[in-house]
Amino acid sequence: MSLSALVLVLTACAGAMTGPAGPEWWRVPLALLERIPGFGESGLGVSSGVSPLEWSIIWDIRMPRVVLAGIVGATLSLGGASYQGVFRNPLVDPYLLGAAAGGGLGATIIFTTVGSDRLDWPVDPVPLVAFVFALGTVTLTYLVGASFGGMRTSSTLVLAGVAMVSLTTAIQTFILQRNSDVVRVVYNWILGRLATASWGDVVLVLPYVALSTTVLLFHRRHLDVLRVGDEEAAALGIPVARVRLTVVVAATLGTAAVVAVSGLIGFVGLVVPHMVRLMAGSTYRVVIPLAITVGGAFLILADIPGRTLSSPAEVPIGVVTAFIGAPFFIILLRTRQVSR
Amino acid sequence: MSSVEFRHLAVKYGRRVVIHDFSMAVASGSWVGLIGPNGAGKSSLLRAVAGLVKHSGDIVVDGSSLSLRSRSRRASLVAYVPQEPILPDEMTGREYVMLGRTPHIGYFGHPTKSDRAMVDDVIGRLGLDDIAPRHLGVLSGGERQRLVIARALATEAPILLLDEPTSALDIGHQQQAFELVERLRREHGLTVLSAMHDLTLAGMYSDRLALLHEGTVVADGSVEDVLSAETLAEFYGVRVTVHREDDGTVVVVPRREQL
Repeated sequence: MSLSALVLVLTACAGAMTGPAGPEWWRVPLALLERIPGFGESGLGVSSGVSPLEWSIIWDIRMPRVVLAGIVGATLSLGGASYQGVFRNPLVDPYLLGAAAGGGLGATIIFTTVGSDRLDWPVDPVPLVAFVFALGTVTLTYLVGASFGGMRTSSTLVLAGVAMVSLTTAIQTFILQRNSDVVRVVYNWILGRLATASWGDVVLVLPYVALSTTVLLFHRRHLDVLRVGDEEAAALGIPVARVRLTVVVAATLGTAAVVAVSGLIGFVGLVVPHMVRLMAGSTYRVVIPLAITVGGAFLILADIPGRTLSSPAEVPIGVVTAFIGAPFFIILLRTRQVSR
Repeated sequence: MSSVEFRHLAVKYGRRVVIHDFSMAVASGSWVGLIGPNGAGKSSLLRAVAGLVKHSGDIVVDGSSLSLRSRSRRASLVAYVPQEPILPDEMTGREYVMLGRTPHIGYFGHPTKSDRAMVDDVIGRLGLDDIAPRHLGVLSGGERQRLVIARALATEAPILLLDEPTSALDIGHQQQAFELVERLRREHGLTVLSAMHDLTLAGMYSDRLALLHEGTVVADGSVEDVLSAETLAEFYGVRVTVHREDDGTVVVVPRREQL
């Protein structure tokens, strides 16, 4: 656990050290250290020799991006691990119940109706509307699923999710077809981006992410009990339906918030929990906290080739994660079969 | 030590009545075998005690109704071993037995030192030290069954519900499992309610048998009384011979139709 936290800090430094412009990479950690009270000129005398302009690149451009990547990665992988636990299905990701599809639809609607006028608005409506649509879609999924099977079987909820996702995607495709001028903008949004990350984005998602993370951390023991099935968990005194609802709501809240600021970043929520299980075993007591740190580190790391490979142009982060995630996932499935 | 009393219990799935007007008193520390053809309501009865299905009427444990107790209090009184327990492949034996402590851990709590000591004690007493660190997916049927019983024991519940606990085991492992339950019943004064398919085994281990048919008790009493060729023919629709061994064991042998 502490090892993974160290890795997270190191990757964050690596993230802050790389980019198309700015100071030499080794000056960056010094520049960060210099500003911690007690380390600078009045204390240990660390001096980086970084100019104010270079510091602004580090602090206003790279750091928010690194921090946001960390938050988004942590939240998606935590959400994925929780969904996988609560639905007892290893192939589930946090977009299962429509958080991503709903967010995409919301963003599409704003791009087509408001268009570039939105830049004149006091606040950018895209993340807000995407957030509301993401939550709305999952709520609808939940209501549809509950009206058939109640919360007694999780499979009805999964099926309702499949139906809602295809419905939402169909509506989005219909809107896009009639407004082909925004296809490129929407497409960019869907592929996920951290390029425009600002401290404002970080502040925007932080309350939801903090709430979601706290609740999920407190329910990791329940996820372990649920592994023996709803019946036996209930016989062991766990209020199964209430726990499932709480976990789904918490994971969805975090996911919707990060989808709103970063678009759809695939594979993190699916693959990182499995990486963690391979490294540290399958107990949720361990998987849940590790999913946070490893997920954060993974996305910070994945973001580095994203902005340096074809610099100064950007490879969308969603492409990079899928590029790393897909082969990894195949290897994972192979090794799991061998170990059986 | 805990007694169980059923008072006019009824269970319905939708409109289908699976248990009706079931009344019985189970003495503390006794082993009652529930027998009866498939669909007679044995499993539903056990599920009602475990709180997994809604029921009308009352189930009274030690003088007060189970439905008045909290979910976790109920779980710490009654341990339930289902017919086909789910054992996650990637979970270790020890983690699995630790789940038995769930009723004693608060909603936001985590296993304490005494929970861990209790689990180690159960593992030691059941001779599971070799199995405990291994993953459930690689264990044999007999080893898995012993872990399931260990988990039930870790709840420290005075009442043990077994739903055809050995239907997936061969005859040797069936016997081992029942011997283990019998030993634990004597050591801890457990009250055991078990649904059983094998009538001979049911007769061997139960103090008392209750024969269920269409959701109600049709025969209730000592093994000798209930396991008679006439009764079994009437409710199972089978032709059997009932032997009585010198040591008192009752053996039920099915007979072929044409001889």
